[in-house]
Amino acid sequence: MKNIKHIFRKEFKTYFISPIAYIVISVFLIIIGWLFFSTFFLEKQANLTKFFSLLPITFAFIIPAVTMRLFSEEINIGSYELLITLPLSFREIILGKFFAAVAFVAIMLSPTLMYAVSTSLIGDLDWGPVIGGYFGAILLGASFSAVGLLASSLTRNQVVAFIIGMAICFSLTLLIDFVLFFIPNVFIGFFQYLSASHHFQNIAKGVLDLRDIIYFLSLSFIALYATNLVIEEKK
Amino acid sequence: MIKIKNLTKYYGDLCAVDNVSFDIKKGEILALLGPNGAGKTTIYRIITGYLKPTHGNIEVMNYNIYDHMMEIKSKIGYLPEAAPIYKDLLVYDYLDFVADIRGIEKDKKQDHIKNLGDLCGLNNVMHMTVDELSKGYRQRVGIAHALMGDPEILVLDEPTAGLDPNQIVETREIIKRIGREKTIIYSTHILSEAEATCDRIVIINKGKIVADDTLDGLRKSMKEESFENIFMKLTKGN
Repeated sequence: MKNIKHIFRKEFKTYFISPIAYIVISVFLIIIGWLFFSTFFLEKQANLTKFFSLLPITFAFIIPAVTMRLFSEEINIGSYELLITLPLSFREIILGKFFAAVAFVAIMLSPTLMYAVSTSLIGDLDWGPVIGGYFGAILLGASFSAVGLLASSLTRNQVVAFIIGMAICFSLTLLIDFVLFFIPNVFIGFFQYLSASHHFQNIAKGVLDLRDIIYFLSLSFIALYATNLVIEEKK
Repeated sequence: MIKIKNLTKYYGDLCAVDNVSFDIKKGEILALLGPNGAGKTTIYRIITGYLKPTHGNIEVMNYNIYDHMMEIKSKIGYLPEAAPIYKDLLVYDYLDFVADIRGIEKDKKQDHIKNLGDLCGLNNVMHMTVDELSKGYRQRVGIAHALMGDPEILVLDEPTAGLDPNQIVETREIIKRIGREKTIIYSTHILSEAEATCDRIVIINKGKIVADDTLDGLRKSMKEESFENIFMKLTKGN
């Protein structure tokens, strides 16, 4: 337990002493801010539904950029060998890195709370869906972080890790739109269940359904477990 | 202290370590020598838990590597080849991180890091990032990493590679000094260094042990005075 905290602290610190953190956060805020506010005043509705509906697709390429270095960089420069030979279990290493990525996502999201505050000033904002939305955003961010971590453990090349992570997150986000045209009706429910954006939209509407929470938790678990298998296999 | 039994490691079809067995006694300084690609680093990586052997077993203080790797890791300080340390962290932050993992208590941590800084000559670079350091200093950070928490066994993979002559002498002094209480296994390509520091020599070539003796014993059995010639005879023949 203690070791998870130490790994977490080290990884979290590393994010903010390198320029990556500031670049990623800026890019995220510019993109999401532009996409959200460019149509905000046309819709004449004081809510953040549009903002939350943009999150899965934005996260799908921002979060792999956050997680790409977690294992790839270590494998590449060789510090991975130092890390593995310290008295740490794989589980502690993976969870420490995972929580650092989730904390980073939370920090990245926090400036967008200003959107909620400023929206509430110009209209009657319903806070329920906003709180639900942020809760869902953290769950979504956590499961994409786990996927990104898995991608990072697969390769020593950060660019490859980014592309693999983005491909998986994009597929999970767009699954429902893509496959709708090709598959018979009976399977739609099944693919809908696999789609991250489908589950996220439920939460973003303010509906806290246990099924959606379980989806995100199990996606995180499966990705982290797969990461464990990958680094076990490296021995 | 360390018992290596029939250790074999394959990378695909390539046999890196072939049925190697030897023991290391408590308090011994053992030099593991051999040409590049002989399998030294692979042996280190198996002892320290970075790799799993294909066959064979290693026991470290009666713990075997299959069931008690965590206990073994906490007894061993390891310096991998070329000291690959995180580039973005400050030297102090890095040592602080290692001290935390090694379970050093908060109130003793400061002193411990400072003592290691004195020993390895790091105190004037504590607030630089590892990326800014020269190769020699980076190597010293690696040695400090290995010594953190006073592990009983040290595994040092070419600790003097890339250092200047002064630093080589200093590092040799460090190894000798800590070797009085600790068990050390290390490798080097400078044969005079092995002559000067170690109690016993194991030479491997192409994954197989070709010699396991004290230097005097080797001189007698090979009927040869110069260590260079002994080494070349043993490793160049085939």
